[in-house]
Amino acid sequence: MQLDETDRRILRHHLAEPALPRAELAARAGVTVATLWRRLERLQGAGVIRAEQAVIDWRALGYGVEVSLRFTLDKTDPRAFDDFIAAAREVPEVLAIETFLGRVDVRLNVIARDMAHYQEIYRARILTLPHIAELEALMLISTIKEQEALPL
Amino acid sequence: MIDLDDVDRAICRALAGDGGLSAGELGRRLGLSQPAAWRRVRRLEEAGVIAGRRVEVDRAALGFGVTVFLGVKLAARGRVSLEDFERAVTAIPEVQVVQHVLGLFDYRLRVVARDIADFERVLRRRIMTLPGVGNVEANVLLTEERRPGPLG
Repeated sequence: MQLDETDRRILRHHLAEPALPRAELAARAGVTVATLWRRLERLQGAGVIRAEQAVIDWRALGYGVEVSLRFTLDKTDPRAFDDFIAAAREVPEVLAIETFLGRVDVRLNVIARDMAHYQEIYRARILTLPHIAELEALMLISTIKEQEALPL
Repeated sequence: MIDLDDVDRAICRALAGDGGLSAGELGRRLGLSQPAAWRRVRRLEEAGVIAGRRVEVDRAALGFGVTVFLGVKLAARGRVSLEDFERAVTAIPEVQVVQHVLGLFDYRLRVVARDIADFERVLRRRIMTLPGVGNVEANVLLTEERRPGPLG
């Protein structure tokens, strides 16, 4: 899909402040609300905008611990990635599954209520995942910046 | 911290999947009246459980074909250098996420770029010149999957 300057302007504002009401977004992008709806629909239809989702703050729900677990898998088994990812999906506390090209093969974002709960998940659900060769943990202290905005 | 009942959890699940659902549609799905659904959503927003909205886009379709996660170790520790580093790194438009972590690295960054050559430019000109930056490890993102989390 070819994007013109108007599409880009709408996306820039939409990505920068996703919670803006449509009327306000239209005003900032300098288009009418009708144009905005049409453009957003076109962008969604073309798959450029994949989804609009609510962000859940897990801390507000009592999940105070967030850990980034980085895995290297035993790639001598061709099913390593598929098996590992399928098993990771079964762990409710896993918020994200990412695969990489680099020293790390897979990363899981895991939340827990506290360190004791984390320890429990780590031992019972994480260390038992299949085909792990190596694993490292990064404990989240704080998120300083988090945005979907692109330098369009 | 607020206690959620099953209906609240169902609302969170539904909105985390599709943040654009209207109170009317949400109510129809969960057997609530439109005003009741609206009040529930408001309460979740006020409690900070629904912390905002996220727009997910096809970054490649917008010309950003490369996403890289960087693990950054600071060379010189100290309070001043943390603040200087954070201020400088959050100002880089290609850096979408900055997280302060504990472990092998001090910071985790998500960086978007048009292609590998563009990433190299960002890395050399913007990341490696950050105040206090030491060791940097790069992993190129291949796939990412968000999971609903423990809302069941």
